Formats: sequence, C-alpha cells, structure tokens
Amino acid sequence: MSTNRALEGVGTFLDDRLHGARGIRIFLRKIFPDHWSFLLGEIALYSFIILLLTGTFLTLFFQPSMSTITYHGSYLPLEGVKMSRAYASTLDISFDVRGGLLMRQIHHWAADLFMAAIFAHMIRIFFTGAYRKPREVNWLIGITLFTLGLIEGLFGYSLPDDLLSGAGLRILEGVLQSIPIVGTYLAFFLFGGPFPGNDIVPRMYILHVLVIPGLLLALITAHLFIMVFQKHTQMPGKGRTNQNVVGQPMYPYFMAKTGAYFFFIFGILALAGAAAQINPVWLYGPYNPVAMSAGSQPDFYMGMLEGALRVFPAWNWEVLGHDFAFNVFVPALVPLGLIFTGAAVWPFIEQWVTGDKREHHLLDRPRNAPTRTAIGMAVITFYGVLWAEGANDIIADHFNVSLYLTTQIAQVAWLVGPILAYIITKRICLGLQRKDVHLLEHGVETGIIRQLPSGEFIEETAPVDEEARAVLESRPDYEPLPDLGGTGDVPAPGMRGAVGKVRTRLYNLATESVPLPAGNGHRAVEGNGHGQHAVEGNGHAAPAEVSSGPDAPPADGEH
Amino acid sequence: MSETNGPAEPERGEDLMADLAASGGEPDEGQARHRVIGTPAPAQARTLLADQRGEPAEVRELPAGPEDLPSAKRAERAVAACFTIAMLAGLGFIASYVIFRVHTINNVFHSNLALGLTMAVAFLALGAGAVIWVRRLMPNVELTEQRHVLRSTPENKAAFAKTFEEGAEASQFVKRPIIRRTLIAATVPAVIAPIVLLRDSGPLPEKSLDHTVWKRGTRLVVYGTNRPLTPAEFNSPGASLSVIPEGFADNDDALAKAATTLIKFGPDELKAPTVMNWTVDNIVAYSKICPHLGCPAALYEQTTHHILCPCHQSTFDAARGAKVIFGPASRPLPQLPLMLNAQGYLVAQSDYHEPVGPSFWERS
Repeated sequence: MSTNRALEGVGTFLDDRLHGARGIRIFLRKIFPDHWSFLLGEIALYSFIILLLTGTFLTLFFQPSMSTITYHGSYLPLEGVKMSRAYASTLDISFDVRGGLLMRQIHHWAADLFMAAIFAHMIRIFFTGAYRKPREVNWLIGITLFTLGLIEGLFGYSLPDDLLSGAGLRILEGVLQSIPIVGTYLAFFLFGGPFPGNDIVPRMYILHVLVIPGLLLALITAHLFIMVFQKHTQMPGKGRTNQNVVGQPMYPYFMAKTGAYFFFIFGILALAGAAAQINPVWLYGPYNPVAMSAGSQPDFYMGMLEGALRVFPAWNWEVLGHDFAFNVFVPALVPLGLIFTGAAVWPFIEQWVTGDKREHHLLDRPRNAPTRTAIGMAVITFYGVLWAEGANDIIADHFNVSLYLTTQIAQVAWLVGPILAYIITKRICLGLQRKDVHLLEHGVETGIIRQLPSGEFIEETAPVDEEARAVLESRPDYEPLPDLGGTGDVPAPGMRGAVGKVRTRLYNLATESVPLPAGNGHRAVEGNGHGQHAVEGNGHAAPAEVSSGPDAPPADGEH
Repeated sequence: MSETNGPAEPERGEDLMADLAASGGEPDEGQARHRVIGTPAPAQARTLLADQRGEPAEVRELPAGPEDLPSAKRAERAVAACFTIAMLAGLGFIASYVIFRVHTINNVFHSNLALGLTMAVAFLALGAGAVIWVRRLMPNVELTEQRHVLRSTPENKAAFAKTFEEGAEASQFVKRPIIRRTLIAATVPAVIAPIVLLRDSGPLPEKSLDHTVWKRGTRLVVYGTNRPLTPAEFNSPGASLSVIPEGFADNDDALAKAATTLIKFGPDELKAPTVMNWTVDNIVAYSKICPHLGCPAALYEQTTHHILCPCHQSTFDAARGAKVIFGPASRPLPQLPLMLNAQGYLVAQSDYHEPVGPSFWERS
C-alpha cells in the first residue's frame, strides 16, 4: 500500500505540473501488432543505441589527428613504425585500454548490424506495401536514414587511418575527381589539398561523431513519432481490418518484450565482439599510399558500389576538351542513385498507376501483389549481383574460378538477372495464389482416406479455419481506374492518349492476380464457396464477418 | 510471439474447437498448418474491450494473473534464475575488468574474451528472463484499438486556413511586395555565405595534379630501405620493386602520385608500345598509381608480366607499355623515363609525361 501511495504522490506531483495522466494512459495502452518481420526495424533502432553508447566510449580515447608519430606502444610488431596519431590511438584503444578492443569490436559489429537491419526492414516494408498512404513520409525518411548510414559507416571505418580504409579514401578521392567541372575542386576541399593531406581524419571525425549522428537521431525520432501517431500496420488475419489494430498493449507486454529484445541484441553483439574479430587494423598497418594488399574489401554495405566500379567497362571520353571518367562517374553514382530515387518515387508511381489514394493499414502478403514483389526481387537481384561482384576476388579465390570470369559473369548477370528474377518471382507469386485458391476451394488434406460403400477411395479434406481463411482471402482491393467519362467499350477521353494507354496497361500489370473462388473475397454477399469435399459443421463465421477483410468497402474509412 | 502458450494460458474456448474440427481432430496438425500458411497463430485470447452494441463495458482490460498456479510458480523460478545469472555475469564482468590485464596480445585476447563473454551472458540472461516472464506469467491477451482517419475535419481545415490567412493579412506580407522581395533578397547571401566560408578548406587544384615530384636526375630509391639502385643490383629478370623519389620517403602527399614500380625484364621481352629509350638495361618503370581510382597497382605476376590492381582488378601488360588488358582502367600506367647518372645509379630522365592516377576534369 505504501508503494501505491508513493506512486500516487509522485504521479500527482508530476501531473499537477505536466498534465500527463490521460496521454500517458493512452500510450500505455498503445497496441502493438505482432509479426516477426516487425522486429527488423527494432534491430536497427537498438543497434543505433548501442552504436551511440560504444561510440561515446571510443571518443574518450581516440585522437583524430594525422600528425605523424613513431610508435612505441604495446603492440610490438609495429614498434618504431611511423604512423598517424589516429592509427596509434586506435592501437592504444585495442591493446592498452581494458575493454577498449571489446567496445571497438561491438561498435563495428553494431554498425554492420545497423545497416543489415535497415536493408531487411526496408525490404519488408516494400514487399508488404507498408509504404503506402499514409506512410510515404516515413518511407522517405527511411531512405534518407539508409543514405546517411552509408556515409556514417564509410567515415567511421576510415577513421583509424589504416592501410585498408586509406585505400577506400583514395577511391573516394577518385570518385570525387570524376565529377564533371567541380570534381577536382571538391576533392581538394574535402582533403584540404592533394590526397591524403592532413585534414581528412579530423574532418571525417566531426562528421562521424556529431553531424551525421545528430541527423540520424533527429530523423529516427521523427520516424518513430510518425509511426506511433499513425499507428502500426498489421498483417491480415481474423478480426484485423483496415480500421483497427489488433495486438498486445505497450504496458506491460511490449515494454517487457522489447526490453528483452534490446538485451538479446546487445548480448549477441557482445558475443560477436568477444569471439569474432573484426577490422584488425594492427594487421593492416598504418596507411601509406605506396602499399596495398590483395583481397581488399570494404564493409559489406559499400560492396555494391565497389562491385559497380569493378563491373563497368573502361569507358573514358573526352567531352568538350575535358577528361570525363565515365567508367568511374557512372558506376559510382548511377546504380545506387537509381535504386534510391526509384524507391523514393515508387509509392507515388504506384498510386498513379492503380489510382489508389486511400489509406492502407492492412499489409499485403507479398504473393498478393505479384508485380510489386517481382519488381522488388528484380531490384534485389540487380543489387545482389553488383554486391557479389564487389567481392569477386574473394569468390574467385574460394571457388577456384578465374578472376576475370567472375567479372564477365557479373557483366551479363546484372542485366539478365533482374529480368529473370522478375519473371520467376511473378510466376511463383501467381502459383502461390493458385495454391491459396485451391485451399479455399477444396480445403486442407486431412490425411484420412475413406472407402465409400461403392469401393471407391476418397481423401477427406477439411475447410480451412477462420483464421487461415481471413489470411487466404486477404487481397489488395483495387478499384477500377477512375472513370473519366467513357462508356462500355469506348475508353474515357482521359485514357485514350498515349499516356492513358500506358496507364491502362500498367494498371492491368499492377493488379494482375488469380481470381478468388466465386463467393469469396470482394464484396461477397453470400456463400463461402467451400469445395465439394468439405466436411460439414466446421463452425465458420457468418458471411458478413468473412468479408470484413481488407476488401470491405470503404477501406478509406471516410464515413 | 502469439503462438499457443503453456498451461498458464486461460481457457482457449471456441478457437480450439474450431481448430480441432478443421484439422480432423488432430490439434497438432492444425498448428502446423498455421505455420505453413505463414500467419500468426489464432488469437486465442479474448478481445476484452466491450463491443459497440451497447453491452455494459468491461472495467478491466487486462486479466489479473495466471490461473495455473504450479506452472506460474515454475515460471517465476525460471525468471528469477535468469536474472540471478545476469547479476552474476555482470559481477563477473567487473571482476574480469579488475583481474585481466592488457598491454600484450595474449593478455588482450583473454581480457577481451572474459569481458565480452560475461557481458554477453548478462544481457542474454536478462533478455531470456524477460521473455519467460512475458510468455509464461503474463496472461495472453489481445486488444483491439480503432483507428481514426488521419485527415482533419473540414471545419478544422477551414479554421486553419482562416487563421493562416488572417496572420498573412496582419503581417501584410502579401500586400507589401517590396518588403517581401527585399526579405527574400536578404536571405540569398545567408545561403551563399556558408558555402563561401568553405572556400579555405583546401587550396585550388591548379596544375598540381599534372605533375609529380620526379625531376631529371632524381634518384630512384627502394621503398622501405631508401637505398639507391644500380642496374647491377637489380639484375634478375622477372623481379619487381617499389621505388620512390629520393628524399620523399616521409611525404605521403608526394608519394601518393610518385610511387613507381620497377620491373626487370629478360632480353627482348619488352615490346612496343613500351618506350625503349626510357628503359635502362631492360629495366622499365611504371607509375604504381592505378589510372582508374588511384590504388597502388601492387600485384605483379612474373610469368605473364601482368600488373594487377587489387582494388578493381584492372590488369596491365608490363611487357607492352603497361597497356590495359582487363578491367575498368581506361589508360595504361604511365611510364617513367629512366637513365643512369654519372655514378651509375638509376635516375629519372624527367617527370612522367602525362598526369598519373585517376581521371579529372581538367586533365588533358
């Protein structure tokens, strides 16, 4: 009882001044729908928190200076070697600060996990259509976070000024120089003169520990606020509609689960930091522009850029009497630029093609949006080929194939692969839809074989239960393209021109699916359309409830 | 997460019956089928919010606690055990910090392992305890919350528009174009100034990328030992060395352009377009800086005479003027003109005759 009184006392004190009881009560009861894929974004969030914690520790010891000293520290193989203070202090963190190596390794693993989680989260958002209205803004924030994460990571692993990351900076210099007209100036301003200069490490340092993390923190905060405000999306299921959220409340359930999840992620990263060596800069040696070793690889999230640079043909042209390094400028900026720009405009393109301006809170199963899923897989294949090509020397070495062959394969695969991925994915999606339709029509095989009096054997099937039915029947509810005045077979005036024809074709492509069995799905009025072999008395819900899926008009909730 | 819980679960009611019916009296198979379809398991719990049909509202949203007491007791002990392990591991972390020294590779290895493992165990045990707590002790519930349309009501929108217009009118921003235009003009320098301020972040490139520090008579010294070379000391065909201009060993800015590869060939192995006048005794010198993106083209294969850049695998034929035979590089490695000085040491005849390293706009 005294606890209660204490709580009441503190609560009253705060509420008298801050007025929180109602708002916080609503927040405590905020509903979190459950699905494993919803945890991917949380991995990114918690990795970021771990990055802030471990990164702050590292700043206490790291010296972002390129002035040269002669090393006389604990790591004897480098005794007497000239190196920058940045490199020397990284050695000191690793060998002379207790827990320093652990924090360095957790920091680096967490950075890799951060980027990997963003990748996976973004893919999940795309394939389930979670970016649709009203969540386009959060989708754009997400793409910005991804881009910032790439730069933050590049600067972070370049800070120790070791041989490997120095080569990465050299490549950055070359890429900057390839930019027409201003490239050479950009490179000189960034590096404070000719490469490598003495300025790049302190400059990257302040960007890495203050500017970019500040932007990341602000954008992540906005990302989460918008998510809370708009409420979560949910996967289709029984009782889940476009107008509700079904799940467990924030307090105490989600709090306890997400706390556990944070500890798991921190625990796994600590395990990685303890047992899995990452970025052993003492083995690479300090940077010098004369040396380089085979098998140089950037961190995985830069691999796609690296692969694009490797795969592109050696085209270098003179433009207006100037040297234009097509072979650098195009692969460094175009493939990733296309993916990011394409991702950013995709929600709006899809809205235009389908004419669908409604809010969507119920997610699509990837199979139910075959064209979107196929495009997603094509982009992933495009990215994946270039990413693998970024490690083609490692692949050639481990699989004992010719180095040049790996590049030649990639030169074909980055064009052909996405097309194949598109076709195959689409067929798989439509096949899975057919399977769903089959389940709805004929039910689930029970494994019971029955002999009829006539001697005939039949296998009994059972209709799918309500929960599964709700999932199987969930389909995007496309509206027909807006009627602009056409009648019958005569197309509307707005759909007659070239743009209209393209739009009609794209609409047909985007909405392609296997129709649900008669009586199911869209605006079903009666009947549940079970197969003929259905066992009677399965206790399914009334028709009205069955159709209350995503298909229930009006999905907009404009009433 | 929402899979079937253990005995702590409240009665499952109709859904279980539906499952049984659906799967032909075999509940396990029913569960398996759920997973195949890839959806969360059925919502076993009750939706505890009152529905909208005017039934009396429930006072409680969440049930008080588990009904199966022995199972709850077991779960409680498991949670407490996990938290105890976490505490012990945490203490172990502090102890490891005190016990394990660093300063040698071996010590660091042990310290890192002890600190990391205790930390991992502490966090993983905390997480495991919390998960057991949620899943075995807290009664499984599922609540439903209604969404509201995000779009504002027409009244609110109209009120907003009115307020905004009133403000605009009161400020007379629209009515007085001269204020508006001069204000906009005033912000232009504020946008440009920060960019101008960055001007001194580096010198202008001017012609600095066109040249390296090599000059007529600069001795080639071996990278690492800084010893000058005579052809007699470098006489086994197939050998290659990294050389730098004498006096610049500590100047990374100079070396980033001047690093050079020296290769000794056998008689008659060097072919056009190698400039033979720039070789001495079948010793040829090429820039080590890859014309693609500036990495040191550091790998040399004796049997094929190929120079390979490890960054993007541009490959150059050293016997034929370092012309490109594979990869993204668009130009051969520039050749450094060599000669002997009066003392018989290898020296440069001149700087490279073209800019070394990656392309840039002003390169001609």
